[in-house]
Amino acid sequence: MLRYAIKRVGSLAISLIVASLVIFACIEVIPGDPASFMLGLNAQPDTVAALREELGLNASLATRYLSWVTGMLSGDFGTSYTYRSPVAEIIGDRLWISLPLALIALGLTVLIAFPVGILAATKRGSWADMSVMGATQLGIAIPNFWFAMLMVLLFAINLRWFSAGGFPGWENPAAALKALTLPAIALALPQASILARVMRSALLDTLSEDYIRTCRAKGLTQRQALWRHALRNAMIPVLTIIGLQFSFLLAGAIIIENVFYLPGLGRLVFQAISQRDLIMVESVVFLLVFAVIMVNFAVDLAYAWVDPRLRGRA
Amino acid sequence: MTRWILGTVAATALLTGAAIAKTDVTIGLQLEPPHLDPTSAAAGAIDQVLYSNVFEGLMRFASDGSVINGLAEDWDISEDGKTYTFKLHRGVKFHDGTDLDSADVKFSLDRARAEDSVNAQKALFANIASVEAVDPLTVKVTLTAPQGNFLFNMAWGDAVIVAPESIDDIKIKPIGTGAFKFDDWKQGDSITLVKNADYWGDAAKLDKATFKFISEPTAAFGAMMAEDVDAFYSYPAPENLAQFEADPRFTVLAGNTEGETILAMNNKQAPFDNKLVREAVSHAIDRQAIIDGAMFGYGTPIGSHFAPHNPAYIDLTGNSEYDPEKAKALLAEAGMADGFKTTLKLPPPSYARRGGEIIAAQLRAVGIETEISNLEWAQWLEQAFRGKDFGLTIVSHTEPMDIGIYARPDYYFQYDNADLQKLMADFDVEADGAKRTEMLQQAQTIISEDYVNAYLFQLALTSVVNAKLQGIWPDAPTQAIDLTAVSWSE
Repeated sequence: MLRYAIKRVGSLAISLIVASLVIFACIEVIPGDPASFMLGLNAQPDTVAALREELGLNASLATRYLSWVTGMLSGDFGTSYTYRSPVAEIIGDRLWISLPLALIALGLTVLIAFPVGILAATKRGSWADMSVMGATQLGIAIPNFWFAMLMVLLFAINLRWFSAGGFPGWENPAAALKALTLPAIALALPQASILARVMRSALLDTLSEDYIRTCRAKGLTQRQALWRHALRNAMIPVLTIIGLQFSFLLAGAIIIENVFYLPGLGRLVFQAISQRDLIMVESVVFLLVFAVIMVNFAVDLAYAWVDPRLRGRA
Repeated sequence: MTRWILGTVAATALLTGAAIAKTDVTIGLQLEPPHLDPTSAAAGAIDQVLYSNVFEGLMRFASDGSVINGLAEDWDISEDGKTYTFKLHRGVKFHDGTDLDSADVKFSLDRARAEDSVNAQKALFANIASVEAVDPLTVKVTLTAPQGNFLFNMAWGDAVIVAPESIDDIKIKPIGTGAFKFDDWKQGDSITLVKNADYWGDAAKLDKATFKFISEPTAAFGAMMAEDVDAFYSYPAPENLAQFEADPRFTVLAGNTEGETILAMNNKQAPFDNKLVREAVSHAIDRQAIIDGAMFGYGTPIGSHFAPHNPAYIDLTGNSEYDPEKAKALLAEAGMADGFKTTLKLPPPSYARRGGEIIAAQLRAVGIETEISNLEWAQWLEQAFRGKDFGLTIVSHTEPMDIGIYARPDYYFQYDNADLQKLMADFDVEADGAKRTEMLQQAQTIISEDYVNAYLFQLALTSVVNAKLQGIWPDAPTQAIDLTAVSWSE
C-alpha cells in the first residue's frame, strides 16, 4: 500500500508542474490588456502605461511565471489586477461557498443515488426499476439551470420560502445553509440520476458473477449476498464516477452560481476572464486542476482500499 | 380613562408605525466594482456605488445634470479666467474623523495629474498648472489657459476629494466625506453603506443601503419578483419591463443616460474614408427599427454625438433619415454600386449584439455585407479601440459631454478635421455661456454633416423600483446612484 501511495504522489507532482506551465502559457496568450480594460475609453496612453508598470505587466514572461509559481509554493498567489487585493484571500472567501456547495450537492447525490440504484438493481424489470430508469433519464435530460429557474419561480417567487439567490455569509449558518439548498438540489439532481444508473448497472454486473451464484448456493439469501459481496465489488465504477462528479461540482457550478448569484469560484473565474485579471484566472484554474488531481489521487487510494488486488499492480 | 386609552392606542400606533417604516434599502446592480477607488479606474460600478454617497468633489452633479457646489461652498474666478479660488465648507470631516482641509484638495488634484497617475480621466486635470493651499479652507487652482468647463470637470467621480491618511487602503476601505460611510464588502455579493451621522450637509434619510450584485438577467428578474431587492438599477432584461409595469408593487423608471450609442466607422480605412460611403451607411440605418427591435422601444433617436436632454442639443436626425434608395444612390456615386464587404465588431452589451444583427440586415438591403464578430470587452479594446482594426463597430459612449473625442485624430474612429479641432480648442477656453452653447451646436452640426459615424440613439436607463421607494434618480447625468435623498413613503 505504501509503495503504491508513493508512486501516486510522484505522478501527482509531475502532473502539477505540467499543469502550471500549460495554464500559464494558455492564459498569457489571450489577447486583451488588463490595464486598458480597467481604464476605459477615455484614458490616455501614458495613463495605461503607468498602470501596466504598477501592475508589473512589463516584466518578462519567464520572470512572471517564476514569481507566480514560487509565490504559490509559499501560499502567496499574488495580487489580483482588478480587485487589487491578495488572490489567495479572494479565492479563500469564494471556496467557503463553492466547497460546501459541492459537498452538499455530492452528499445529496449519494443519498439519492445509492438507495435508488440498489433498489432498481435488485428489483430488475419491476415497475420500480422501470420508474427509476424513466426518472433518471429525465433527470439527465433536464438542463440544471432551467430546473433551477423553475425552483426559483416556485419556491422564491410564488411560495416565498427561499430567497431567489444570494449568500448571507456563514455568520448565520442556518441562513447560509438555506441559501445553498436550492442550488445544491439543482446541482445534485442530474448527478444523482447519472450515479443511480451507474450503481444499477454495476450492481447488475456483479450480481450475475459466478461467485454470487456460489454464495447463493452456499445458502446466503439474496440480500446477504448483495450486501456482503456484490455491493463492495460494484463500488469501483461508482467511486470513479463520484470522483469525477466532485471535481465537476467544484468547478462546474458556474451557471448555477450565476442563476442564484452566489459569489463562488465559478463566478469569480467567469468575471476574471472578462476583466483580463490574468493572475486570478491562472490561480483559480490551477487550484481547480490541483483539486481534480487530488480527488483522483484520493479515488486511486480508495480503489486500493476496496480492491486489495490493485495495491500490488500500480 | 378614555383619554388614557386613546393615548395608549396612539402611542402603540406610533411605535408599530416606526417599527414598520423601512430605513434600509437593497439595490440590485449588474456589475460589481472591481475595487473602491473612483480615482483610478473607469469602471462605472465604482461611481454608481460611491459617487456622492461616500465620496464628494469640490463640485457635484445634480439629478438633472447641472453642476452644483459640493465641498466648495463658494468660488471665485479671476478676470483672466485662469485662477479659481475655492472656499471649502467649514466643519467637513472624513469618515475616519479627520478634518477636510485645503491640503486634502491639493493632494487629490496633484495625485490625479501626477506623472505616474492612473486616473482614467487624467485629461480632466491636464490644464491645471498648480494647486495651492492658501489657508485651511481656501484652495487656489491656477490653469495654464482659461477653461470654460473646469467646474464641470471638478464634478466628475474621478475628481473626488480623498485624504492622504487613508489613500493606501482606498481600494478596499474607502474613506470619504459623504452622507454615507462604507461599512462592508462581501466580494462577489454585496457592498453595504451606513448613514454618516456627522455629515456636514443634509443628513441621509436612510440608515443603511446595500448594493447587491446580480449579473444574470433571469436572476435579476427573480430577485426583483421575490422582493429580495427593492430596486434594480439599469434593469438588464428589457423584455420583462412590461410585466413590471403591470404589477402595482413596482414602478419602472425610464430615463436618459449620457450614452450616445453609435455605429462607429473607421474614418481612415477604405471605403469609410469616403464621405459618400459614410453618408450612405447613415441613410441605410432605420433607427426606430433598432430601438424597437433591440431595445424594446426604449431610447431616443439622435443625429449627432450629443445628449438630447442637454440644453445645447439640436435635433439633427434629419441629416441622416432612413432612405435605402438614397443610400444605394450614394454608394453608386462613390463607385460602389455593387456594395462592399466590411467587418462589424460587437462588444458584449445587448445594444451592440442585438442592434448589430438588425444593422447588418439593414446594410445588406443596400448591398453592404458585414462580417459580424462578437468580442469580449477586453478583445474589443485590444482590436477595435486600440488596434483600430475594424470597419464598423457599435458602442455607447457613456461619458458626459464627450463630443471632444472628435477632436482627437488618434481616437479609434480616426476622424481628423482641423476645423473641428480648432473649434473644440476655442470651446475649451471660452467662458461665456451663450457662446459655448453656440459652439457646441456648431460642433454637433459639423460631425453630423460629415457623417463621421452613424448616430443611433441615446441609451435609455430603465430601472425597476419598489413603488414605495422615492428619490431614485430617473436619469443618469453621470454614473451615479445618489442615495442622499432616497426614502420610503408611508
